[in-house]
Amino acid sequence: MNILEEGIGELLQPPDIDAFREWNRKKNKSLTDKRMTEAEAVRRYIHSGDYIGTELYGSVRCPMSIVNEIVRQDIKNLRVVGQGVYETDILLAAGLVKEMDFTYIGLELYGISHVIRREIDSGRLGKIVEWSNGSLVWRFKAAAMGVPFIPVRSMLGTDTFKYSSAKLVECPYTGVPIALVPALILDVGIIHVHRADQYGNCQIDGISGFAYELSRASKTLIVSAEEIIPTAEIRRHPDRTIIPYYLVDAVVHAPYGSHPGEMCYLYERDEPHIQHWAEVSKTPEATQEYLDTYIYDIEDHQEYLALIGEERLKYLQDIVPDRG
Amino acid sequence: MIEINYNPNEMLICTASRLMSDNSTAFIGTGIPMLAASLAQKMHAPNLMTIFEFGGMGAILDDLPVAVGGRRSFHKALSALGILDVIEMAGRGFIEYGFLGGAQIDPYGNLNSTVIGDFYKPKVRLPGSGGGNDVGSHCWQTIAIMRHDKRRFIEKLDFMTTPGYLSGPGAREAAGLPPGTGPFRVVTNLALLGYHPESKRMMLLATQPGVSVEQVLENTGFELLLADEIIENPQPSAQELRILREEVDKEKFYI
Repeated sequence: MNILEEGIGELLQPPDIDAFREWNRKKNKSLTDKRMTEAEAVRRYIHSGDYIGTELYGSVRCPMSIVNEIVRQDIKNLRVVGQGVYETDILLAAGLVKEMDFTYIGLELYGISHVIRREIDSGRLGKIVEWSNGSLVWRFKAAAMGVPFIPVRSMLGTDTFKYSSAKLVECPYTGVPIALVPALILDVGIIHVHRADQYGNCQIDGISGFAYELSRASKTLIVSAEEIIPTAEIRRHPDRTIIPYYLVDAVVHAPYGSHPGEMCYLYERDEPHIQHWAEVSKTPEATQEYLDTYIYDIEDHQEYLALIGEERLKYLQDIVPDRG
Repeated sequence: MIEINYNPNEMLICTASRLMSDNSTAFIGTGIPMLAASLAQKMHAPNLMTIFEFGGMGAILDDLPVAVGGRRSFHKALSALGILDVIEMAGRGFIEYGFLGGAQIDPYGNLNSTVIGDFYKPKVRLPGSGGGNDVGSHCWQTIAIMRHDKRRFIEKLDFMTTPGYLSGPGAREAAGLPPGTGPFRVVTNLALLGYHPESKRMMLLATQPGVSVEQVLENTGFELLLADEIIENPQPSAQELRILREEVDKEKFYI
C-alpha cells in the first residue's frame, strides 16, 4: 500500500496484536470471584508507566472512585488516552500524567481545563498526540477486532492528522486517500457500570459510549459497579451483558462511584461540586487544597461518600426525573 | 411596533434554531447548538432528530443537556447506543447537519479548537477536537456557531482541528473526504454567513438586527465576500424569547 503522508505524532503505544492474543490466551477463563476494594484493584493492576484509559465521558458514568484511588496511591508517569472532563483533569491535577493520546480535555459547559496548561508548562506532561474522538474509538475497535490498524475517513487534510500518528494511504480498492489509525491496546482500562456480578459480567443502562470497544481493547480491565447482582440475574437477561466476565480482572463495588458525575436513572451530576472544581482548579494552591480535602486526606471511597454526605447524595437521587 | 429586548446571545440562538429544519438529522454539540435545537423542537421542528456524540438519537429536549453524554441527551430518545453508532451514522451519509464551534475560523470555514499559539508552547491549550473533526469530516453540511471578532475570524488558523473547505475548491475531495460535504453556514452575534459556490470562500448573507455591513467587515480578520443582496435577520419573536427563557434554559445555564 502506498503511504502518502504520515502524522508526526509519536506512536505512544505501538500495537502488538500477537502479544495481545497471547496475553488473552493466558487470561483466566474460569468463573472466579473478582470482587475487591479500590485500593486492592489499583495496587494490583496499575503501575507507574502504564498506559491507561477511562470510560465514559467526564461527568457521565466516570469511574471516580478508581481514579481517586490512583491519585491516593500516587501512581506516576501514566500514559493516558484523553477523552475526558473531570476524571482526566484530576489525574492531570495530581501531576501523574506523562504522555497523552488526546482528543478532548475540558470542562464542557465551564470551558477549558486549567490544569492541563500547568502540566504542559511544567514539562510533566511531555507528549501530546492529537486524534479525533471517532478515531480514538476506532483505534479501540481495531484492537477489539484483533487487527493492527483500521481505515477511517476522519482527520483527513487537517492538523489533527498532522499531529497524530495516523498514516495516509492510497486505498487499494478505490485509489482515494484514506487514513489508517493504529490499534490502541490499553495496559489497563477502567469502566464504571450500573451492575456487575462477582465474576465481572456487566450491565450498563442508557448510552454505552465506548464501553464495548474499550473493554475489548484492554489487557487488564477494572470495573466498578453501583450494584453487585447475582449471576442468576445476568443469566436471566444475557442480552444485557455488554462486558462479559472474561474481559474483567477486578470488580469493585462502588455506589455513587461516578460522583460528582452522574449515573443515568440513578443520580444526577453534582453541579455545584463540578462548578467548584472549575473554580478552584484555576490556581495550583486551591487545586492542592481540593485534592487534599477530597482525596489525600481521606482513606477510601466510603469516607469520600461520608464527606459528601448522605443528604447530598439522596438529593442527587431525588432530582432524577420519573424515578420509580 | 412593540420594542423587544433581547441580548446578542439570544439572537444567536434564534438564528441557529431557524436553520434547523423539521425531520432532518442534526449532530448537536455542547452549548449554543443544544439551546438552538431545543428551541427549534418547541417552535417549528418537533421532529428534529437530534444526535449526540456519545450515542443518543432522537431525544426530546425538554430539559437542556449540559453534557453531550448526559441523561438529557437521550431523554425520550429513539435509541441510546454508543459513540460509534452515531459517528458511523454520519460516516454512511445519514446525518445532514453538523453543528460546530471553535476558537478560530478561516475564510474556508476550517476551525481551530486545539491550541492558540505554538502547538508545543501554547498560549492557550484549548479542549481539542473531541468529535468536532468527525462531525466536520462526515456530516453533509456543517454549521459553525461563533462569536464574531477579528481574533476569531482570521486568515490563517494557529491549528486546523476540523476541516472546512481546507485550501479551497476541490481540496476536501483531494484529501479523501466524502464528496459533497462541507461548511454550509456560520452563525454569529453579528451576522449569518455562507460560502461562495465556486470559490468556497466565506460570504456575508445577512446581518443581525441593528448591525451594519461595515461592523461585520470591521470585525472580520480576512476579506469577506458579500452576497448580491444582504438582508437583515428578523428580530427574535416574542414567542421565541418566551420559550427560550421560560422553557429552553429555565435553569439559566447559558442566558
